[in-house]
Order: sequence, then structure tokens, then C-alpha cells
Amino acid sequence: MEGVLGNLLLGFSVALTPSILAYAFVGCVIGTLVGMLPGLGPLAGISLLLPATFGLNPIIAIVLLAGVYYGAMYGGSTTSILMRIPGEAASVMTCIDGYAMTQRGRAGPALAIAAIGSFAAGTLSVIALMFLAPTLASFALRFGPPEYTALLVMGLVVLSYMSGGSMVKTLTMAVVGLLFGMIGIDAMSGYTRFSYGVIELSDGIGIVPVAVGLFGLSEILLTAGQPTPPPVQKPTLRQLVPSRDELRLSVGPIARGSVIGFLIGIIPGSAHIISSFVSYGIERRMSAHPERFGNGAIEGVAGPESANNAAATGAFVPMLALGIPTSPVTAVMLAAIMVHGILPGPMLIVEQPELFWGFVASMYVGNVVLLILNQPLVGVFVNLLRIPYSYLYPAILCFCILGVYSVASSVVDVWIMLGMGGIGFILRKFGYDLAPIALGLVLAPMLELSMRQSLAMSGGSFGIFFERPIAVTMFVAAGALILLALKPLVFKSKDWRAEVGLDEQG
Amino acid sequence: PLGLALALGAFGLIVALRGNASPLLNTIGWTESRRAIVLLIGCGVAAFALEHIGYRLTMIALLVFMLGVVERKRPLVTLLVAFGFAFISYFIFATQLNVQLPRGPWGL
Repeated sequence: MEGVLGNLLLGFSVALTPSILAYAFVGCVIGTLVGMLPGLGPLAGISLLLPATFGLNPIIAIVLLAGVYYGAMYGGSTTSILMRIPGEAASVMTCIDGYAMTQRGRAGPALAIAAIGSFAAGTLSVIALMFLAPTLASFALRFGPPEYTALLVMGLVVLSYMSGGSMVKTLTMAVVGLLFGMIGIDAMSGYTRFSYGVIELSDGIGIVPVAVGLFGLSEILLTAGQPTPPPVQKPTLRQLVPSRDELRLSVGPIARGSVIGFLIGIIPGSAHIISSFVSYGIERRMSAHPERFGNGAIEGVAGPESANNAAATGAFVPMLALGIPTSPVTAVMLAAIMVHGILPGPMLIVEQPELFWGFVASMYVGNVVLLILNQPLVGVFVNLLRIPYSYLYPAILCFCILGVYSVASSVVDVWIMLGMGGIGFILRKFGYDLAPIALGLVLAPMLELSMRQSLAMSGGSFGIFFERPIAVTMFVAAGALILLALKPLVFKSKDWRAEVGLDEQG
Repeated sequence: PLGLALALGAFGLIVALRGNASPLLNTIGWTESRRAIVLLIGCGVAAFALEHIGYRLTMIALLVFMLGVVERKRPLVTLLVAFGFAFISYFIFATQLNVQLPRGPWGL
């Protein structure tokens, strides 16, 4: 313990120098700007800035990139909350209740809680990273393809069980998402599937055009044609600050989101994406009033935002402790460190303590800088809502086209966004939940690959999923949730949705 | 994919069989659909034009269509917003952040 604190002091002595603080600030500003554009998430932000860090000293480079990372994570939530445009998969759940809060004139508190949740989750995760990195990293390595398959299946089932609408409709949407995820090159065989000669589809359908279309564009299509446009909001200073009740309601979700996000984040692969989905589902199920979710529940912003940020920090555990990048973002960060001739891994702490602990301390600093930067910016961002909707929505549409095009400089992505916007418009009219499509699309390639790798390991036997304790535990949990969902049909009892007034619709 | 297609068919069947629990089709209002179709067509034309006439001209045309034609805003305001958005967004994202945005025949 004393050793860790001593090392942390060493880290802070590095991270709190004026030049490093200035770079952290610059990184957070750039990251927030980049994150606000759909399509330009943390990965694009870091990749764009990577060449600029080659000439810097390694600690400054890492601090700058970590600032961009945190800033971009937060910037994505801003457009989700204000405009219902999730710039990436991690922000999908935030936009549901965040935007509903905006419509009720509570955009300020939603943004503030998102910032506070991100800060708290980031800080708690860094503490966990400091003390538990080596232990957790070895646990994470026990996640092979069968465990990964079980985790992803459990994530889908958790979301379906805990969604507010009909479970059948939710599962239908999840299957539609999984089918969209089948488009593109089959990672195991190398064959291209369902692309119908469109070269751009060989890489599959990206999450950004789908999420922007389903959530952002469909919202504009539904709202712009209404006889009375949404009223212009002119929030007072008091309305920008979360109320005592909102803060009280957010404490539990932030704490739970931090733990869930961190634990999911350390798992190799892109499992961190499901952390915000799982957190949202759990918060909805634990709430005394789950019917508030989807209509502007602050817990629906606090939980997923915290989980999302904690998972981002959790992803650094295997990278720092073992030198294994577990997501594209950590891979780019790893490249940034290696450019300076430093090899992350178990020996990094021993051989370069000032870099390792400087990095850990810079994560604290980055979180604090982001909070200081973003709390005053809440007022600035909320001022966007003062623009009359008839001016705002054309600009948002252009912004969507710009963001989606910039992901891969592809017009096909813009077409996909427009198609998804039309589909989202119709599905929302019929009361379908859209989040499972986004989740299914993101999980499909990972789920398929891990399942087929598992089967390759076992020579085609599905028994491999029932021989490994972690996988069995998760499959049992998923099975239990499915049985709970079937209980009302067998015993004529009430489903939890019906008990709280969210009656199922067929 | 085959398993998923079968699952989708099965879920679709359940949804259809439980259709009597759903609201009637004619109770769902479609008042927004006309504007929605107009906006989708406008965006579709913009998507087609993007790589032919460049980002800035496309955005100007799209905003002029939406603000001037669909929303019937005053021409001066429409032009100011259209030109302002197109050039400022291009400056921030293409010039400052190095995002690759298409240029048209006159470098716009």
C-alpha cells in the first residue's frame, strides 16, 4: 500500500508540472470537439493526433492522447443528450434518457451528471487499475473464445429481458441487428457475404451510420413534421444544475456503472461496448420506477455514462500490465508508447516507473481537467437549444451527413444512414426498441468469431461451452433470465413490465 | 446467418400471432410522414451530389432547400446560415482536424 502511494506521488510529481497540465487541457479540448462529431470518436481523435506526438517526450505524448481519449468519450455524450445523435456505440444508451431529459428542459442536469459520472467512474477505475492491475490482467486472460461467447450471449439476453417493451419485439430487433452484422467479410473463411457487389459493404456495416440513422435521423423525421415545433428552451442558471433529488438518484447508478464497466472493460476484445447496455438494463431493473426509463430518468444517463468511462479505463489494465492491447484505442495508445522505444508489459513498472505512474497520475489529472472544463461548458452547449428547431434540425442533418461521411469517406455510409433513418422512423411508429439493433450489429462479428473459434478449438463440439466454469456460469445466468421471461406464460403470473405498468404489446 | 434468419421468422410469427394486443394500424398517426419523405429525398440528393459537386456546395444547396423551400425562411437568413455552416464546418473539420471532405470542380 505504502509502495503504491509512494509511486503515485512520483507519478503526480510528473503529471502536475505546468507543461503536462497544459497538454492535458489541450488534449481534453481537442477530444471534446472531436467527440462531438458523430463518426469521429476516441479512436479517430487519437489516430489523427498520433503523428503530432512523435516529437514529444513520451509522458507528454501519453497525457495528450489520454486527454483526447477522455474528452472524446465525454464529447460523444453531449450530442447524444442534446440531439439524440450517438457518435458511437457506447453513447447509444445515453441518448435514450438523455434526450428525453433535454425534451423536458433538463439538458443541463443530464450533461452535468454525465460529466460527474464520467469523472467518478474514471477516478474509481484508475484506483482499481493501480491496485488490481496485475491480478485482474491474469483473470482477464482466462477469457478465451468460449467465455467471450457466453459473455456476449448474456449481454444480449440481459438487454432483452430488461428492456421496457415487449421481449419478443426486443429479441426480433436484436436478431435484425445480428443479421446486419453478418454483412461483409467472414473473418474465418475470408468470403464476402451479403454485399451484393457493393465493394464498400465488404467491410461490413459500421455502427456510426446505423446509430446516427436509427436514433438521430429518425428523431428529426418524427419531430420536424409535427404541426407545432418543439419549444425553444431558455434554461436559467438554476435549471443547468442537477437538483438534490437527481444527484441522490445518480449515486447508486454511478457506483454500479463504475464497477460493471471496469470489470467488463478489462476483458480482451471489444466487450467494453456492452458495458453501457448492461448498466442501463440493470439500472432499469433495479429502479423502483422502471417506467420512468425512456422518459428522462437520470439513472439512465448516470449508469451507462459511468460504465462507459470505467470500461475505457479498464481496457488499459491488460495493456499496461501485460502489454496486450484489448481494443483498437488501446492498440493506438500502445503504438504511441512503442514509438518512443518503450515496451509496455510486466517489466514496465520496474524499468520505467515514472512513465507508468506518470500515466496513472495523468489519468487522474485528465479526469479532473475534463470535469473543470466541461462543467462551465454545460451552459454553452445547452445554449444550442435556444436556436429555433426550424433552424436547428437542418444544421443537425448536415452535421449527421458530415460525421457519417467522415468515418470512411464513403457515400455508401451516408446512404446507409438515410436508409436506417427511414427504417427507424417506421419502427418507432410501431413501438419497436431500436437499441437492440445497434447492440446486435456491434456484437455480431465478435459473437460469430468467438463462437466459431470455440468450435474450432473443440473440433466442432458444443460441449466446450459447458466445460469451462466462467462460460457455464454466464450461460446459466442467461438461461435463468430467459426462464424468468417465460414464467408469466407458464404460470399466468405478471411479467415485471406488467407489474410496473409497462404492459407488453404484441 | 441461417439460424438468425430462422429466428427472425419465428419471432415475426409470434409478433403476428399476438397482433391483437397491438394498437390498431389506423390509430397510428402518420402526419409527419410527408415532411419526413421530403427530408429524406433532399438528403438523398445531397448524398448523390456530395462527391460530384463537393462538400461545401452540397451543404449550401441542402440548407437552402431545407431552410428556404421546406421551412420558408427569409432568403437572406437562409443564405447566411447556408454559407456560414458550409464554410465554417469545412474550416474546422477539413482544415483544422484533417478530415477528408470532398472538393467539387472549383475546389469548393
